[in-house]
Amino acid sequence: MSVAAWGWLVLLLPLAGTLAIALGYRFLPGRTAGAVGCAAIGLSFVSALGMLTALLDKPEESRTVVDSAYTYASTGGFSVDMAILVDPLSTLMCLVVSGVSFLIHIYSYAYMDGDRGFRRFFAYLNFFVFSMLLLVLASNFVLLIVGWAFVGAASYLLISFWYRRETATAAGIKAFVINVIGDVGLVIGAFLLFDGTGALDYATLFERSHEVFATNDAQLVAACLLLLVGAFAKSAQLPLHTWLPDAMEGPTPVSALIHAATMVTAGVYLIARMHPLFEQAPAAADVGAILGTATLFVAATIALVVTDLKRVIAYSTMSQIGYMILGVSAFAYSAGMFHLMTHAFFKALLFMGAGSVISAMSSEQSLDRMGGFRKAMPFTYVMFTIGALALAAFPLTSGFFSKDEILAYTLNRGGGYVILAIVGYVAALLTAFYAFRMVFRVFHGEPCHEARELASGHQVHGDPVNPATGEPEDTEVGFPGPEHHVAEQSQAMQIAMVPLAILALVAGVLQIPGVTDAVETFLEPTFADSQFAHTHPSDSSEYLGLLLGGAISLAGIGAAAFLYLRRPGMTKWMSERYSGVHDFLANRWYFDELFALTIVRPFAAAGRFGRTVIESAFIQGVLVDGTVGVVRAGSSFARGIQTGELRAYAGLLLAGVTALLLYFLIAAS
Amino acid sequence: MDISWFVVLSAFIFCIGAAGVLTRRSPLVILLCIELMLNAGNLALIAFSRMAGNGEGQIFALIVMVVAACEVVIGLGIIVAMYRRRLPIDVDSMSELRG
Repeated sequence: MSVAAWGWLVLLLPLAGTLAIALGYRFLPGRTAGAVGCAAIGLSFVSALGMLTALLDKPEESRTVVDSAYTYASTGGFSVDMAILVDPLSTLMCLVVSGVSFLIHIYSYAYMDGDRGFRRFFAYLNFFVFSMLLLVLASNFVLLIVGWAFVGAASYLLISFWYRRETATAAGIKAFVINVIGDVGLVIGAFLLFDGTGALDYATLFERSHEVFATNDAQLVAACLLLLVGAFAKSAQLPLHTWLPDAMEGPTPVSALIHAATMVTAGVYLIARMHPLFEQAPAAADVGAILGTATLFVAATIALVVTDLKRVIAYSTMSQIGYMILGVSAFAYSAGMFHLMTHAFFKALLFMGAGSVISAMSSEQSLDRMGGFRKAMPFTYVMFTIGALALAAFPLTSGFFSKDEILAYTLNRGGGYVILAIVGYVAALLTAFYAFRMVFRVFHGEPCHEARELASGHQVHGDPVNPATGEPEDTEVGFPGPEHHVAEQSQAMQIAMVPLAILALVAGVLQIPGVTDAVETFLEPTFADSQFAHTHPSDSSEYLGLLLGGAISLAGIGAAAFLYLRRPGMTKWMSERYSGVHDFLANRWYFDELFALTIVRPFAAAGRFGRTVIESAFIQGVLVDGTVGVVRAGSSFARGIQTGELRAYAGLLLAGVTALLLYFLIAAS
Repeated sequence: MDISWFVVLSAFIFCIGAAGVLTRRSPLVILLCIELMLNAGNLALIAFSRMAGNGEGQIFALIVMVVAACEVVIGLGIIVAMYRRRLPIDVDSMSELRG
């Protein structure tokens, strides 16, 4: 089969899965909806593997394949095709998206068992993966925007999956609104590019942009900045990041899917895909790199103090995506994409482990209440620790190689990028610390009640409550189901976690500097036209970076071990001693409050003004009620004449005729 | 003879008829008064016709007579119907069309 045929299969199988579950859910008894969903994504992953082998069979220079199914729109000298673009970059993304999503589907199959929305869940999940693959495989801006918007819609559906939980619907709306801001940025950016080049498909657009735009042309920079708005909204980068922590309201597999495989990586992919434009507009790329660095630092500091287990992982996602954005904005594409891949493995693993722990706590998510699960959940402990090791860039794990690659490239750019790299190293220390803060607080220390019960073979099922507010809830449809599933008792969950753990440990061998460099070699054809991708840091400096990164990682883990294992009371003392800093971080740098003050409140005030003054007073009061008043007054006058008295009518008639007669007499004389 | 005599007489009869329509309450008398008004109109038509020296006004007067006959037929029919249903023969008491 040809490359393009495999590509279409990759795209259409999840769509088929969605439609099959969504339209045929009445005929799918029991858990078959989950099986259908898993099969669709599994086959999609197999097709992605087929796509990979077919692509590798081709010579390097012809590894970019565009295949058009039909012309979607053709007008006035330009046309939009329903076409997919298969090249090494999109193949890598397809592999990561479909592969990790497949494992998350298997995990969900067990985890969501017992939820009344089981079928709906899998229909949404397949739709999410389809949207992401559409975004990745699009060969022009129109399809890209369609996929982009689909991903936003799917994330809304999944975050507010438990739709009778008010905090969940609020989080879904927040995510959707911020994503739409990004959509608007992307669309306007595409307009600006179309205005300059007259093309919307990537190949023509990139080709013409070299002829039309000078380096740092104002219009091109504006377009790239607008693309960045889109990328940052989707990838939860400053200042459009506030939706991501709230998105933890969705079921845990959804968090894994959003954070690891789909959605948040879209921004990284977008920048990598648009690299010819960003290289022509380095000013925009600098903005991206600076904001990415700011995000990775801010998120890492917040993750130090947040006590909600899932939110810690959420902030770590923001931070890691910041690294990727820094990488691709610093033109270290293969490093950024490599980190995207390894991050997908260990972040999905961390979320799966966290989901298992939260199940064991019967939906409680606060780190303060957890502790000592090491004995009770040995499997989850091992898996979660592997994920945390990779996140902390522990030597020889996958995150170790990928994060260092980014920072080495950034250092190699020189100039201001050195500062960014230093911030990156500092944040790496924080990363190692908060990663093991989670491990030590959840699995070590004094066992909590739930851990002791589970160790004695009995899983605690508490009363269902909303973990965010503590309010009691039902287990009806629209709420989480009554059953909780931990990995220790569920084979499907274990099957999903083991491959991820292995990959999180060993995926680094793909890209050992100077030894394998497989990712970079594979991505080479996509970035062949790049002016920057070929300026490697020297092997010796990369190894020096690896040493430094390893030392930082060990230092962070050691600090966490010291604080949480040796001196358990110390952190409490520190948070009280430096309560100003602690409150600042615990309130997430007051970003939510800032937005509430600068954006939400003015908009709410404008909305109130519109409702009370424009709508109630003017439209309702003057226009609608005024018209009614005029008609009513006129009709009541006309009604007053209709007395029903025959002689009154006759009198009026006579008076009228007499008046007319007099008028004509006077007018005639 | 001067035309103005005829016209004044016609106006006089018309006003008597109109006053009758406005003041009387019995539908029968009202019909009679309407008849007066129509015939006042006829008188004026014929007078003008003679003055002008052609027959058009007379033809018109004939038509008015036909209309008057029809009107009386319908009016009397209504009055007989009211009488049969034991309704009061009084126009003021019939004001069901009041808005």
